Formats: sequence, structure tokens, C-alpha cells
Amino acid sequence: MVGHLLPRQAEFREFATERIGPYAAEHDREQRLAPHIVGDLARHGYLSPFLPLERGGQAMSWTMLGALHEEIGRACSSVRSLLTVHAMTTFAIQRWGSNEQRERWLLPLTRGEVLGALALSEPNAGSDISGIEATALHVDDGFVVNGCKKWMTIGQIAGLFLVLLKSEGGSVTLLVERGRPGLTIDPIHDVLGTRGSMLATLKFHDCFVPRENLIGNPGFGNSVALSALSLGRYSVACGSVGIIQACIDASLEYTRKVSRFGAELRGHQLIQQMIADMVTDASASRLLCREAGRMRDEQDPAEIQQIFIAKYHATSAAMRAASSAVQIHGANGCSNDYPVQRYMRDAKVMEIIEGSTQIQQITIASLAFQELGQAKSAQRALFEKSV
Amino acid sequence: MSDNKARIRDFFSRFFRTDALGDSDDIFASGQVNSLLAVQLIAWLEKDFSIAIGDEDLQLSNFSSVDAIEAFISRKQGTLVTV
Repeated sequence: MVGHLLPRQAEFREFATERIGPYAAEHDREQRLAPHIVGDLARHGYLSPFLPLERGGQAMSWTMLGALHEEIGRACSSVRSLLTVHAMTTFAIQRWGSNEQRERWLLPLTRGEVLGALALSEPNAGSDISGIEATALHVDDGFVVNGCKKWMTIGQIAGLFLVLLKSEGGSVTLLVERGRPGLTIDPIHDVLGTRGSMLATLKFHDCFVPRENLIGNPGFGNSVALSALSLGRYSVACGSVGIIQACIDASLEYTRKVSRFGAELRGHQLIQQMIADMVTDASASRLLCREAGRMRDEQDPAEIQQIFIAKYHATSAAMRAASSAVQIHGANGCSNDYPVQRYMRDAKVMEIIEGSTQIQQITIASLAFQELGQAKSAQRALFEKSV
Repeated sequence: MSDNKARIRDFFSRFFRTDALGDSDDIFASGQVNSLLAVQLIAWLEKDFSIAIGDEDLQLSNFSSVDAIEAFISRKQGTLVTV
């Protein structure tokens, strides 16, 4: 383990090791979560613990939330994916919802009576949210929704969807309950990784959604979604640190017990090189995530940049670590007998969800140019003061 | 120019050239402000002006120009400014 444990991290690890980890292979194989998972998460208060106490949360800091998502991600990326989309939905309601919406939804969401999911991607739009085609046509007392949303994590079992749509007054985000007439939900199977995340396609056909389900106001849908996605990216980054750690754990164990060429595998220097890179990547990624969490906890507006950086680094590092872990395990690493093949498939998904690696790169670069503008602006101000 | 206006213009100058930006120019209509910048703007306003921005504040008219943002800050801080 690289880096010290945060105060509650041992508790999170114990829970993840006992109640999540033993079922991870089953989630992957059966393409669904074990029935006890949601109830266990709710009983421990892990479904959106960042909410205030009066809303059923624990007022948990983002730093601590990151530790929770790291430990859950270390055990099972599908369960961590559930936490991510559920957290994004509850976050959007808490941050941008009306008091009535908070009253109605937050307690059932924290108790696990309802699961939340974010409906953003479409067949022709994912990372490019400006390409959203699904529409919300404004009518007297609400909106009529048409279109399709795809790759909805936990879509098969979620009871509430936060849906980003195009409307006459700009983008809107609507809360859409499962079972609303005009909404059909089709499961998606046989994906590469996070196979227990119960993906679904949502099809809206003249689906009426009342005005009281609008989050924020027309024109701010993209901003509401992006603020929720910031939490999602942070969660995926922390979960990816968990994947790296799982790869290290598995590789250390394997190289200790397996011998090749008359020596323990761990004695070979090329194996040590891969272990060293994994450990260094875990440490760097964890520090980036903790820094992002700290900045968020201190309401530093620059946390947006830091989360992009943490997501980019941690997910790329997770893919490197998983590839090395499979390599270290050799043919065994390609079989279901060892978890590293699952880590590798899950890690690839981390590089795509909540904004692909390329989107993170483009955004990080554009934010770097902003910082240059900020520096020049400060120089100008200094110059104007001095003359 | 008021201090707040100067601070707002300074914030925007990190993202785009503000030399030709009039205080009443619509920054959304001109395409200078995208959704990510709107999120950054809200975070910056909350932190730097110690105000809380809630769902009822998410109106384009509150953020559409330097003048509008200045008036919004004043309203949130309890000082009335007419645009």
C-alpha cells in the first residue's frame, strides 16, 4: 500500500473486502449485481454519503468519498460504477434541485429505496454533449420528451434518471421516473468491462415529464450535467486508483508464489520493473485524487482542472497497470482463474466513461491556456498599477 | 469602472479576449461562454464573492453580461444595483 490510509479507509476496505470483493467475479460473469449489494451499501450509508445529515447523508468530505470509491473500486468496478451514477444524480438534486425535489428524492436515494442514474450519452453523442439529439418540447405544464439515451449504467434497475435534453430555451436536465408512460428501458449485455453495471438503453416516445421535474432552469442543462460529471470523473479516477492497487496486490501475490527459471518470479528484474511502475502510478494517481478532493472540499474553483488531470492520469495508469498485471500472470492472466483479466477489461472502460481520455487531454490543454491568460492578466494589472 | 466589474472582466480575460467586450454584451449569445465556463464562473462567484448560488439563480439573465453578473452579485450580497 502506497501512502497512508485516510481515517475511515480501513473501514471501507474491510467492507469492500468482505461484502463486495467475493462477488466481483460473479458480477462480471452473470452481468448483474448480487442482490445484497444495494442493501449493504445503503445500510453502511455509502450511497451518497456526501449529503448533509438531514438529507440522510454523513456530510462526508470529497476527500473521504474518494477513499471510499477507491476501496470499492479495488474490489469491484461494477459496484463502484453504481456508486458513481447514483452519486451524480443525488449530487445534482442536492446542488441544483428545488426544496420539493430534495424532500421527495434524497432520503429514498440514500436509503437505496430508489437508485439514480445519469442519462447523457446517446447513439450519436457521448463525450460531445453539444451533440445531444434527444429533445424536450416545452408544453404548458411540462415537457414532452423524445429520443434515445444509451449506455446508462445501472439503467436496468434505476428508479430515477437525470436526463440531459435539448429544448427550445437551450439544454435542460429533467428527472424522469422509471415507469413513466412513453419510456421503455432495454438492457445492454455482453460489453467489454464493468459487465455487472447493468447497462440499459432508454427510449422516449412522447414521454410527458411535469415541470416540477426540471432541475435548474432551461439553458443550464449542460452546466448541471457537467457539474454532476465532475463528481463522476472524480469517482472514476478514485476507482481507477483502486484498480491499480488491485493489480499490485494480485501481482505481488502471484510473483511470490510462482517460480520460473529456478527462482521466484518476483526475483526477476523485468518483473520488478513492472511492479515498480505500477506502485509509482498508484502513488501518483492517489495523490492527484486526494489533491482534487482537497481542492473541492476547500471550494477552490480550480478543482475542475484538477479532477480532469486526476481522471486522465489515474485511468491511463490503471490501463497500464492492468496490462502489466496480465503480462506478469502470463497465460494464467488471460483466464478466468485470476482476476487480472477483469481488471484489464474494467480499466479500458475507465478510459472511456465520464469523458474519454482524449476529451480529458483536450480540456486539460485548454485549461492550461486559460492559466496563461490568467498570468498575463495579472501582469497587465501589475503594470497598470505601476504606471 | 466598479471594482466588481473589473474583477469579472479579469475573470473572463483568462478565457477570451475582452478588449472589445462591452459591459452589456451578451456573452452567451456571442458563444464566448460554454457550459464548462458557466460551471467555472459559478464556482468562482461563490468562492470569490462569498455567495451561494442555488437553483433559483440559474437564469441566463443573471449571467448574460458583465453588467448582469455585477447586478447579480450585488443582489446576492444585499446591495441593489439597477442594470
